[in-house]
Amino acid sequence: MGSRASTLLREEEIEEIKKETGFSHSQITRLYSRFTSLDKGENGTLSREDFQRIPELAINPLGDRIINAFFPEGEDQVNFRGFMRTLAHFRPIEDNEKNKNYSGDFIAFRLYDLDRDDKISRDELLQVLRMMVGVNISDEQLGSIADRTIQEADTNGDNSISFNEFIKVLEKVDVEQKMSIRFLH
Amino acid sequence: MFLSLCPFDNLVCILLGISFTVWFTLLLVFIIVPAIFGVSFGIRRLYMKTLLKIFEWATLRIERGAKEKNHPLYKPYSNAIIAREPTSLEQEIKEIRRSGSNRDFDSASEFEMSDIFYFARRGVESIMDDEVTKRFSAEELESWNLLTRSNYNFHYISLRLTVLWGLGLLIRYGFLLPLRVTLAFTGVGLLVFLTSVIGLLPNGRMKNFLSEKVHLMCYRICVRALTAIITYHDSENKPKNGGICVANHTSPIDVIILASDGCYAMVGQIHGGLMGVIQRSMVKACPHIWFERSEVKDRHLVAKRLSDHVEDKSKLPILIFPEGTCINNTSVMMFKKGSFEIGATVYPVAIKYDPRFGDAFWNSSKFGMVNYLLRMMSSWAIVCSVWYLPPMSREEGEDAVQFANRVKAAIARQGGLVDLLWDGGLKRGKVKDTFKEEQQKLYSKMLVGTQEDRSRS
Repeated sequence: MGSRASTLLREEEIEEIKKETGFSHSQITRLYSRFTSLDKGENGTLSREDFQRIPELAINPLGDRIINAFFPEGEDQVNFRGFMRTLAHFRPIEDNEKNKNYSGDFIAFRLYDLDRDDKISRDELLQVLRMMVGVNISDEQLGSIADRTIQEADTNGDNSISFNEFIKVLEKVDVEQKMSIRFLH
Repeated sequence: MFLSLCPFDNLVCILLGISFTVWFTLLLVFIIVPAIFGVSFGIRRLYMKTLLKIFEWATLRIERGAKEKNHPLYKPYSNAIIAREPTSLEQEIKEIRRSGSNRDFDSASEFEMSDIFYFARRGVESIMDDEVTKRFSAEELESWNLLTRSNYNFHYISLRLTVLWGLGLLIRYGFLLPLRVTLAFTGVGLLVFLTSVIGLLPNGRMKNFLSEKVHLMCYRICVRALTAIITYHDSENKPKNGGICVANHTSPIDVIILASDGCYAMVGQIHGGLMGVIQRSMVKACPHIWFERSEVKDRHLVAKRLSDHVEDKSKLPILIFPEGTCINNTSVMMFKKGSFEIGATVYPVAIKYDPRFGDAFWNSSKFGMVNYLLRMMSSWAIVCSVWYLPPMSREEGEDAVQFANRVKAAIARQGGLVDLLWDGGLKRGKVKDTFKEEQQKLYSKMLVGTQEDRSRS
């Protein structure tokens, strides 16, 4: 498992990934070791089954959606670069990089917007809600929750939530709270 | 030409004969005879101390070499990637909502779009590091023990280190491995032969006494065949007749380690081949519990045979590994409740291996049994500690699952292992949907619970 870790990842690659994603050297080697341990087929890429083998992810109600976020449109395999690029969205932003459009927001938007048309429709919202609550809430209740949410967020009256409207709703949520994944060094 | 070869031939024959005799005498005196009587010369412990000093030197050398070449070292232990806090779903979602909400009072609204962050964060955290999948592959070491199989930094560092490694290779494969294989064959052969002989005796005290001695002797030879250096703690708590001994499972070697210090009745499935031969001859000398493959699924049958055995106080304590599969000795996973339902006294045992000398974990998806045994016999040694914990019984109002968890916690605490609720069966199978449904239920309560409050106010 680990014996291939440092040998297969060349220094130049590590530098490129460092520039692209902002992870540190040791974080990249550690994540590479994690990547290879998940890669049961040992072919340098991960498939959806490789992710689903993680029990804690399999029991996450939004597990499938999260896995989808790693795979580009229409593809079934993700290589290490793609893996790191997606993870980079969850890295906490350093003070000098802070900008209004926190990339974590974009990933969250993607989790709702399944057909990637840059709009969260009522149906898409219902789908996500259904995934999160399972069978415990009736269709009517869920429908009214969805309606209320869209009402509060929709400012241009098209009965769906665009990315900008989404960001406005989340504006006040503390960045640290959103994706407060505590990375060590 | 023919004549000139003869004297040379003779010389070779004589040399071979002498070395063989010397070899065999050494073997007998230093290894087999002590095994029979259960004494030890202390050679293995001296060996262990020497090895430790060499490993420390090797690690320092690698660190120094890496610094000289400006190579960042890969250190698995100090490189946890994220810190995870065990907080509840409700607590965390409330935190996220509170930070984004204008409202002052603490009542949660029914649904916020930011709730999704909780699930997304948990999901990504588990992708980067989860508690379960890493238990099914060998533990990573902090210092190098001169085995390529456990090395992550092996670039050519120095001549001395490579020479040492080469020497180690020679010793392990050229000297230790053949020695150990011989011992293993001797041990197993003696076990099969002697137990079959004892099986011919009529049942009675003599038979039990002899059977005990024979089992102990053969297991001790096997222990030496692996160069296992075992430290037993708290032997006053050793399992007694009519009890069930439970231990955490790391490899098939666990059986040899425990059985060389006490006599147990084994439980298991009948195999074919060599294993089957050993099993069948063992059961001639004293009653073990072997199941046919078809019987294993029948839980009632299994429970009945176990309870029958336990009620007969003349029979040996049963040895069971409730995890059901091999885990890599950094954690203890869910105990199957079957053995805890029987109502007998449970004697927990914790086994902790020291991975510096050779990792004992059997990754059955990666290595077959023979491959595994060869790896074991070509490591430096198997070093482990065994703790006999005080006996436990099921308390009033406690069901089998709670009892199993209590025993598991005690074993994990003693062995310094992580206590996990996850099922070891996850090594091969998928996780049950009930866990996901629990999460969904918790979240629904948050949404719906507040609706009830609203309708009331």
